[in-house]
Amino acid sequence: MKIRYLFITFIILSIISIFIGVSNVSIWDIFSLTEEQAEVLIISRIPRLLSIVIAGASMSITGLIMQQLSKNKFVSPTTAGTLDSARLGILVSMMLFTSAGLFQKMILSFAFALLGTFVFMKILEKVKFKDAIFIPLVGIMFGNIISSVSTFFAYRYDLIQNMSSWMQGDFSMIMSGNYELIFVSLPILIVAYLFANKFTIAGMGEDFSKNLGLNYRQVVNLGLAIVALATASVVLSVGVIPFLGLIIPNIVTIYQGDHLKNNLPHTALLGAVFVLVCDILGRVIIYPYEIPISLMVGVIGSGVFIYLLMRRRKYGL
Amino acid sequence: MVNIMNVSKKYNDKTVLDDISVDIQKGTITSFIGPNGAGKSTLISLVSRLIAEDDGQIKVGGENIKEVKSEELAKKLSILKQSNAINMKLTVRELVSFGRFPYSKGRLKSDDWAKVEEAIDYMELRDMQHKYLDELSGGQRQRAHIAMVIAQDTEYILLDEPLNNLDMRHSVQIMKTLRKLVDELGKTILLVIHDINFASCYSDNIIALKDGRIVKQGRACDVIDECVLKEIYDMEFNVQNINDQRICIYFD
Amino acid sequence: MGYKKKTILLAVVAVFLAVLYIVYDLKGNIGYVLPRRIIKVVAILITGAAIAFSTTIFMTITHNRILTPSVMGLDSLYLLLQTVMVFIFGSGSFVLMNSNVNYLISIGCMILFALVLFRFLFRGENNSIYFLLLIGIILGTFFSSITSFMQVLIDPNEFMIAQDRMFASINNVNGDLVYVSIILFVLISLYFLRFYKYLDVIGLGKDQAINLGVPYDYVVKHLLVIVAMLTSIATALVGPITFLGLLVVNVSYEFLKTFRHSYLILGSVCLSIIALIGGQFIVEKIFTFQTTLSVIINFVGGVYFIYLLLKENKSW
Repeated sequence: MKIRYLFITFIILSIISIFIGVSNVSIWDIFSLTEEQAEVLIISRIPRLLSIVIAGASMSITGLIMQQLSKNKFVSPTTAGTLDSARLGILVSMMLFTSAGLFQKMILSFAFALLGTFVFMKILEKVKFKDAIFIPLVGIMFGNIISSVSTFFAYRYDLIQNMSSWMQGDFSMIMSGNYELIFVSLPILIVAYLFANKFTIAGMGEDFSKNLGLNYRQVVNLGLAIVALATASVVLSVGVIPFLGLIIPNIVTIYQGDHLKNNLPHTALLGAVFVLVCDILGRVIIYPYEIPISLMVGVIGSGVFIYLLMRRRKYGL
Repeated sequence: MVNIMNVSKKYNDKTVLDDISVDIQKGTITSFIGPNGAGKSTLISLVSRLIAEDDGQIKVGGENIKEVKSEELAKKLSILKQSNAINMKLTVRELVSFGRFPYSKGRLKSDDWAKVEEAIDYMELRDMQHKYLDELSGGQRQRAHIAMVIAQDTEYILLDEPLNNLDMRHSVQIMKTLRKLVDELGKTILLVIHDINFASCYSDNIIALKDGRIVKQGRACDVIDECVLKEIYDMEFNVQNINDQRICIYFD
Repeated sequence: MGYKKKTILLAVVAVFLAVLYIVYDLKGNIGYVLPRRIIKVVAILITGAAIAFSTTIFMTITHNRILTPSVMGLDSLYLLLQTVMVFIFGSGSFVLMNSNVNYLISIGCMILFALVLFRFLFRGENNSIYFLLLIGIILGTFFSSITSFMQVLIDPNEFMIAQDRMFASINNVNGDLVYVSIILFVLISLYFLRFYKYLDVIGLGKDQAINLGVPYDYVVKHLLVIVAMLTSIATALVGPITFLGLLVVNVSYEFLKTFRHSYLILGSVCLSIIALIGGQFIVEKIFTFQTTLSVIINFVGGVYFIYLLLKENKSW
């Protein structure tokens, strides 16, 4: 697949995304917008499109980075406890500060996501049985534990239903003024691109990297920081979107091979396209209501993931 | 007798064994040699019903292994694979006593224990019989596993690279034991082995595989031959007679 | 102290705690309080036994000590079922109020799910059990995402009812269910006896087990079904307690230091009863019902799991 076609698809879907919704704004109105229509576009539709694109791209990229670093195709924020840790961070901030602002939530969520992912990488080093299927199992178990810790506190402080809404990725509440945090992810994507080759080398292992004169620890830590920061900002502004980091890089690998630097743009674009498709479907299926993005991605993503697993078993990929 | 008749095996469309037919005599040591990926381990796993063949038949002592109950086959044939990572806390003696499972189903009687004692003594493990497996060296652990196979007391014994990771002293020790099992107790042994000099010195027959086919089979002295080996391994060999043994020199 | 004595010790402690729980601070209307306490203790015994039992088997057939039956996605399915019932029928409906119906629906669906999953995955030849588990866990995630979607849609008052069902609690356990569970448990145990002798050998690994004459695939398939049934019973009786099994079976391995499943199963069953009754004491006396049993046990079990993973270990 040429990146050209991917890009064209992306543009078309973006346009569709902007002109779908309860308030009627047609593409033909674009040069004769009423004041009301312009407001809808600026306050709701365009922020929504931006957050979809950034969330899709950055969650996919985080998965790609984690897979490079761990040398395992099935490691991602979903299967390494990163998402669960980020949520625990938000919960802790709500417990510590009675009216936690976005900043406090962000800091704690980032810190927890970083810590959680770091612990997972430590676990990876200890596990001797590095089976491609076994590692994600351990990661998901690990994530469940973090969740059970969250539940422990949420239950005590009556925050369960509140927590559920954090878990639910949802673009319908996105409006200008409450989503800007997601832009934190943008510079991260650029850093990811600059360091791509180094991540690949670091994935070969500590000895291998040292042999090539690379500061292994530093590169790994940078990678994990990128992953944690992107995850925290997406979870806070949109909510949890599962599976993206897992399936998108794997699909790209299937048609594109395994070169991190070449794959980055593909992964970012495909991630955005995938989320756009899911979002548009979610808005159309039970119109005028909406199916939240996390459910759409959860359903389609788990299907795709199972397909990938089956395919892997068949071809030994 | 072990009869392998027209056996084939594929993994994901890749043919690993292609129409193999061979008969193995009772009371002999037969070694399977050949380059990596030739299908040696697969063949031995097929004979021991660890995996199922796609095509063909395998008979052990005249009976098709597919038609014999697994429990009954366990009294006639035993297999020791190369990876024996057991993650249970077991002592040597406990491991050896598992060899009696086909007969006792876990409740060992006095004659089962007698076999266990015998196997322990046979492998000279008496001193360390109460040690845990993870406290032993690789060679000792391998001996413990072989003791278990001896306790299982089967006519046919299959071993997949039993010398892997062993130093020379232990390798020789194990090959001598296998020889003794055949000569004294009349067992039939099939083994996969990489070191052709060990194969040459200790086995009666050698079967050479390459790309899933049998290239050559016969008495050890017939297969250990410069032309034959060159065909199998695609490299030059220099075969010398030293003390009545055929020894291969293959270092340029 | 050998493993036999240690097992007896565990059994004595478990019985002692059970009796203590029944007679502790027993006053007031004894004719009312006593039967209720006995029901609770029996519920604990059944749940603890089912979870410990199934987890021990599960760890043996998966050849490692950090996976529990909960990774098959059964817990998530249970939560989904409860949420769906609240969502569709409302909290006051017959299906939710009549716990027998709810119980049977839940158990039926969970066992059906497990059977479909196993059937589907054991079709091919080179079936890896980890593969099966990963599929199960992904389906579990799938169920959870639907559950959390519905939870957001449910009216907060109704949600309270669903929430009560989602956390294991033996305070409102229903007497009838306990009897049904006992019968099911006994039946499953009898069925298990056929496969009991193979467990020690299966622990040696697949190749060794086949070598020693175990009809491996057949036995593992049946054991998995047993695990699924036991897990379903425990979950439907008191709700999901994900990490209890992990905790008690590992402690039992560490404490008894044996490979013999007769003792391991017995030991972990006793430990799990000790943990549950101990936990229930803590919930009632220290937290004065401010939290639930499952939340505490998942917390402790979870922390223990991370400790296990981080500890240098050779057992996986």
